[in-house]
Amino acid sequence: MADKNKGSMSLKNILANNAVPIIFIGLSAIAIPISGFSANYLIQEMLTRLARNSFLVLSLLIPILAGMGLNFGMVLGAMAGQIGLIFVTDWAVTGVYGMMLAGLIGTPIAIVLGYICGAVLNRAKGREMVTSYILGFFINGVYQLIVLYTMGRLIPISNPQLVLSRGYGIRNAINLTGVRHVLDNLIPLKIFNNIDVPVATFILIGFFCILIIWFRKTKLGQDMRALGQDMKVAEEAGIPVERTRIIAILISTILACYGQIIFLQNIGTMNTYNSHEQAGMFAIAAILIGGASVSRATITNVFVGVVLFHLMFVVSPMAGKELIGQAQLGEYFRVFVSYGIIALALVLHAWRRMRAKAEARRSLRGEE
Amino acid sequence: MPEGVPLLKMENIGKEYFGNRVLADVSFSLMPGEILGLVGENGAGKSTLMNILFGMSVIEETGGYEGRIIIDGEEKSFKDPFDALEAGIGMVHQEFSLIPGFTATENILLNRESMKYNPLVEVFGDRFKTLDRTDMNRRAVKAIDTLGVSLAPDTLISEMPVGHKQFTEIAREIDRKKTKLLVLDEPTAVLAESEAQVLIEALKKLACQGISIIFISHRLQEIIDLCDKLVVLRDGRVIQEAKTGETNVRQIASWMVGRQISGAADAAQEKERKFGEVILRTQNLWVDMPGETVRDVSIEVRQGEIFGLGGLAGQGKVGISNGIMGLYVSGGKVFVRGKEIKLNDPSSSLMEGMAFVSEDRRGVGLLLEEGIDWNITFTAMQVQEKFISHLLGGLIKWRDDKAVTKCTEDYIKALEIRCTGPKQRAVELSGGNQQKVCLAKAFAVAPEILFVSEPTRGIDVGAKKLVLDTLRRVNEETGTTIIMTSSELEELRSICDRVAIINEGRVSGILPAKSPAEEFGLLMLGHVVERSPDEILAERCR
Amino acid sequence: MIRMKEKLQAFIENAGWPRIIIGLFLLSLFIAAPMVGVRLDASLSDTLVRVGMNGVLVLAMVPMIQSGCGLNFGLPLGIIAGLLGAVTSIQIGIQGSIGFLIAMVIAVPLAVVFGWMYGQLLNRVKGDEMMIATYVGFSSVALMCMAWLLLPYTSPTMIWGYGGSGLRTTISVEGFWFSALSKHLNIRIGEFFYLPIGMYIFFALMIFLVWGFFRTKTGTAVTAVGSNPEFARASGINVDKMRTISVILSTVLGAIGILVYEQSFGFVQLYMGPFYMAFPAVAAILLGGASVNKASMVNVVVGTFLFQGILTMTPSVINSVMQTDMSEVIRIIVSNGMILYALTRKVMVKR
Repeated sequence: MADKNKGSMSLKNILANNAVPIIFIGLSAIAIPISGFSANYLIQEMLTRLARNSFLVLSLLIPILAGMGLNFGMVLGAMAGQIGLIFVTDWAVTGVYGMMLAGLIGTPIAIVLGYICGAVLNRAKGREMVTSYILGFFINGVYQLIVLYTMGRLIPISNPQLVLSRGYGIRNAINLTGVRHVLDNLIPLKIFNNIDVPVATFILIGFFCILIIWFRKTKLGQDMRALGQDMKVAEEAGIPVERTRIIAILISTILACYGQIIFLQNIGTMNTYNSHEQAGMFAIAAILIGGASVSRATITNVFVGVVLFHLMFVVSPMAGKELIGQAQLGEYFRVFVSYGIIALALVLHAWRRMRAKAEARRSLRGEE
Repeated sequence: MPEGVPLLKMENIGKEYFGNRVLADVSFSLMPGEILGLVGENGAGKSTLMNILFGMSVIEETGGYEGRIIIDGEEKSFKDPFDALEAGIGMVHQEFSLIPGFTATENILLNRESMKYNPLVEVFGDRFKTLDRTDMNRRAVKAIDTLGVSLAPDTLISEMPVGHKQFTEIAREIDRKKTKLLVLDEPTAVLAESEAQVLIEALKKLACQGISIIFISHRLQEIIDLCDKLVVLRDGRVIQEAKTGETNVRQIASWMVGRQISGAADAAQEKERKFGEVILRTQNLWVDMPGETVRDVSIEVRQGEIFGLGGLAGQGKVGISNGIMGLYVSGGKVFVRGKEIKLNDPSSSLMEGMAFVSEDRRGVGLLLEEGIDWNITFTAMQVQEKFISHLLGGLIKWRDDKAVTKCTEDYIKALEIRCTGPKQRAVELSGGNQQKVCLAKAFAVAPEILFVSEPTRGIDVGAKKLVLDTLRRVNEETGTTIIMTSSELEELRSICDRVAIINEGRVSGILPAKSPAEEFGLLMLGHVVERSPDEILAERCR
Repeated sequence: MIRMKEKLQAFIENAGWPRIIIGLFLLSLFIAAPMVGVRLDASLSDTLVRVGMNGVLVLAMVPMIQSGCGLNFGLPLGIIAGLLGAVTSIQIGIQGSIGFLIAMVIAVPLAVVFGWMYGQLLNRVKGDEMMIATYVGFSSVALMCMAWLLLPYTSPTMIWGYGGSGLRTTISVEGFWFSALSKHLNIRIGEFFYLPIGMYIFFALMIFLVWGFFRTKTGTAVTAVGSNPEFARASGINVDKMRTISVILSTVLGAIGILVYEQSFGFVQLYMGPFYMAFPAVAAILLGGASVNKASMVNVVVGTFLFQGILTMTPSVINSVMQTDMSEVIRIIVSNGMILYALTRKVMVKR
């Protein structure tokens, strides 16, 4: 009886569990022909964007594993990365070494911020997401305070091109000429029809994917899985819950720091006061579109999500323009989708959890 | 029986919670490979005793314990459960401590996984060792084999039947090589009979390998089947220690409940009491209350009666009043004054003139963050529109704070609620005074039928007496029918006219409160009253 | 002496460090103002005007906090209803207080509908309200961005000059109902001090209505639901219904609040305008002493005053002292720090 039920449920379950990516594949299938973009162009865009964004999205996996939900606090790591980039640009360290130095400077900052974030979230168990979200805003204020008022005064910045005309504070847009595309072009490769493939970036991303897969098999990864499912049981078994949660956030923050550096080396310019804010939202929307939920995410979700999200990102303004004659509409549509998808994922998660609770009760009743 | 140094010796163990003695002078010893059955009513002190043995933090936080625990001839005092584990004591709690999305293997070896070295360990420490799945599997299979049950190591906990979950828990303790003593707290409560049988066989096997077992259960037959000897606790004292071969279910039951009836109870019973018509009737009532499932209850209560609902914890007695009051999903039929009422709707139950004092005082009974005045008057205000003044021709229902305060002050005086005034927040009151507030809340709606659930749990002796006296007085003066649920049989027998004992969600018997305690004891343990003692004996000897 | 110390400690414990620091900060700003040549009367007047402008938006937090739905990050939903009322009223073109009234008459029923739907959603996601509210607010703002482009409004003051369709980002209410409330009974003392009494009367009326609501039978039930939903249910209360009522009330207040704001400010801001509007309101009520599940009228007034005080005083005073405009950064740190403090102060006891 149970088996029969399972059989008929499984197809339904697969559809239900992957409803979000399926909807987006459908949307893209409609929007791509309308937009009129060439396949060549889209493939190039997707490859570039995969290389640019995947690492940031990967940084979300570990906290989900540890049951802490979507780490809206990843913007903290992004800020650390940006501070690293400001310094290497100032010191005019260029090339791959510049990137590595930026990472090196960013790491301790990311560690400190990650620790703060983890400690704060331990005080807000059960509402990690909203807390990490607000924490992102709060640290953003501190970041602005430092970058806008102390850099060039208390913290020496020699390059006048970085500093605002008033003599201190970093300019709104920084040209990252020194590190621009250094990773993407490290191993040049062109495939058919002149499509650039950022091989080195992909190698790095691949390496980190393997690292994450490996990490899941470590004792630490196993502990995170355990406390992600039931914090109380994990604690009773002697797993140091709070410490492990801090480590999860710490790893996520450090990865986000590197992710932001990779992201910005591809873009080539940095919006000192905006780049990091978007990083969090786009990464979270992408992983959710890839089919992840607040409590379950895989590497596949990351890549599927990045492709689908950015496909929509590229295509929707053009599709909007062709359809209604207003590119602006498509622009707003993608903003709506980014936020809407997060709202939807959160609602589904909360709703499913409530239903599971009711289900458990019902099975208890029918037991004897 | 093995000879030599006992594995565990408990000497004169005693414990007080806030001046309330729960254990006194408990001593017993346990040989390697011996199985000890620990029996007693709820609140007899079993859990506290095990908490002391296991070094639970509650004990330390509430002032420690008296007496000595000697393991292998050495005195031990555990600061936390991990200390106890280290010393070879494994415990399987009533509630499963399992990760649902993990396999049996992963749960058996939770936080004790086999690991492999890799160079990254040098940088990041031991937690970066990878898991050795092959070895983990080997160890899990070994533990399961030792237990002698069929359990697939790769099954997810969430997909297992309860019995297998229980086996997984026990296998976890077996995998600890050090485990010498296994404590099982009602392991068979969640199991079907066949599963329980498998478990008992498995435990016997373990004992043969030299592991000692303390087995806590309410199913006395199991105790007799499995254990070598048993200890009966009552009111925190060892009432009897006996070899299982030399006793029987009936005798154990009488040891468990056999208290002298207090004088007060006799006095209450002396007066001839008169009752009216049947005021409340349930027909095949079931209630889905987690942990207190009611399966099939049909009872009749007459107007003016004080009716008791007793039974062991988890058997469903608490569920009945919660179900009738609409707090948990329920079915079947409930008639008040012969008229069927709508179930699953608290307001319709309240409208019928019923009121409820919940056993979950802090969770359901009180608005902890609000004043006493709101707590007492809220239900009456919402259900009966008392304390409301109608403004603009009834368009606006304005709260009449003056009337609220007056009513609150009256109850504070009548029930001797110790507080700074009507505005004091409920959370600041002591347990006894909180309970009085709960009673006042129920009285404020002037109910015809009053349900009180565990009215004296967790309150001091003085408040206990006042609460019970108040209930009795209200019953006498206003003729309110009272249906009281309590875990304390003596309390029920002292105040009620009749007491129904609920076992496994069903009525196992209804007796006049005067009946001997032993009869109640048997009912509680699931022996249907019609059977004669001889029959029970005969069954035992088969 | 020792008793004094104990009392002080108790006070600090009650108020919490962030509130005291922010309070002292504001006090020092007011003290420093005359020294750096900032006119105290002008600043005070500015602050007070802003209190009137923002007060109702802060008040919109109260019902949802009281019913246990948490901080209303979904305030943009109510604001959208208000904006629809505003643009429709301008489209109709009636001027003065009547125009303002029409805006309200249109906005309130819309807010009721939005609030009802929003309430239904929140009832299905109990325990996760705040994060979901935030994103429901965000996505509804984004959805409305598309709507503003497409809705068939035609009033030339509102639509883009070129193209001939789509509403502008900022629409002036000058010539329609600018100062519809503020212009009544206003007091002017000297050159710099000015109080729009009409707006205050309206604010006071709103406060009175909300206060009154919580004194009725239904209001009492809503508070009890927020305090302990199980208790309320056992007393025969329909918990979901009470929560929905509070959400509707919050949304309606949000709609009215934005209209009050606009009539004083002089402009209707569409598109991404309402996006971050919930945050200052949330921060203000927390600053006033509210917690995640308890708020009072005093919290609203005190909080709005403190928060707006900092917003007005920091640019003027800090600018004069340091020759820099740090107000934006201070606003971010203060408001989010306050919310963060409230979220982490008491780890959820229930569930």
